[in-house]
Amino acid sequence: MITNEIKNLIASKLGDALVTVEQHYDFHVYIVKKANLHAALKMLKEDAELDFHFLTTMCGIHSPENEGAEFGLMYQLHNMPNNIRIRIRTFMSKNDLDVPTVTDLWASSNWQERQEYDFYGFNFVGHPMLTRILNMDEMNYHPMRREYALEDAWRDDKEDKSFGR
Amino acid sequence: MAVNIDSKNQPEGYEGQGFFATRLDSVVGLARKNSLWPLPFATSCCGIEFMATMGSNYDLARFGMERISFSPRQADLLIVAGTISKKLAPILRQVYEQMAEPKWVISMGACASSGGIFDTYSVLQGIDRVIPVDVYVPGCPPRPEQLIDAIMKIQEMVSTERRDRRDGEVYQKMLDGYGIE
Repeated sequence: MITNEIKNLIASKLGDALVTVEQHYDFHVYIVKKANLHAALKMLKEDAELDFHFLTTMCGIHSPENEGAEFGLMYQLHNMPNNIRIRIRTFMSKNDLDVPTVTDLWASSNWQERQEYDFYGFNFVGHPMLTRILNMDEMNYHPMRREYALEDAWRDDKEDKSFGR
Repeated sequence: MAVNIDSKNQPEGYEGQGFFATRLDSVVGLARKNSLWPLPFATSCCGIEFMATMGSNYDLARFGMERISFSPRQADLLIVAGTISKKLAPILRQVYEQMAEPKWVISMGACASSGGIFDTYSVLQGIDRVIPVDVYVPGCPPRPEQLIDAIMKIQEMVSTERRDRRDGEVYQKMLDGYGIE
């Protein structure tokens, strides 16, 4: 369980990179500026005191209603010796989806970043092979973006009147 | 003990003492029908139901199908059981192309037949978009009895198929329609 002491320590070490800290259930969520994202994650991983050396998972966020910060990324970090988990979030505009890669910090982020590229279209600058990983190669859009309907857009055998539309 | 031999499936022909004459199609059909080698292409829960059909309770061996072929090159019947994603579609087509003629296809369950509940960007909306299908089995998943019914329908097709059907223009046109070489 994360204490206020640890929270303040992380916040002070993040310094200017930090925008705000939120608590979602048991998780403390540190929202950082995109420009400082790579430096912040590197510090969290390599700082001997903090030691968040394990990237559990990461995911993309798309909230079209937040103008100027439509897209976001979440990194979940784990300090295994002390069993402390935190989340780092960063937000960006839909016009600027360039994000620094963290494959140099965690090799496991290679596939994760490919997945975020596949589903949301983030451009991870410096990624060794940023191609689709789960969807078929011919797909020409990023399906988890809210602007696309969930149902198969390529179907031609559905009559609207049979589906109450 | 009286042995009751069911001869109702015997093809039409001329019978005399010690011989029986009939059409070649019927003899070949009879032989093929009772020794179909199925290739299960099982991707999800329908695959489990197919395994139950294979098991001793329902017993596919009664139909000459106890030899499940896990190589498409030696299979006669492709049983597609489960959701096929769009990324998997080219592989399914490749498996179909690897099977030697004559070959038949059963589309087992709602997902294989129409995409089922997965009306979404990643799922193929029915395998008949990439390969020709002979028998569709509805259900989610279908009961083993339904699959057995489908297999008996396939056997009916196999036993009555004209021997030159697969050399014909119509058949070739049908394959071309799916872009299969």
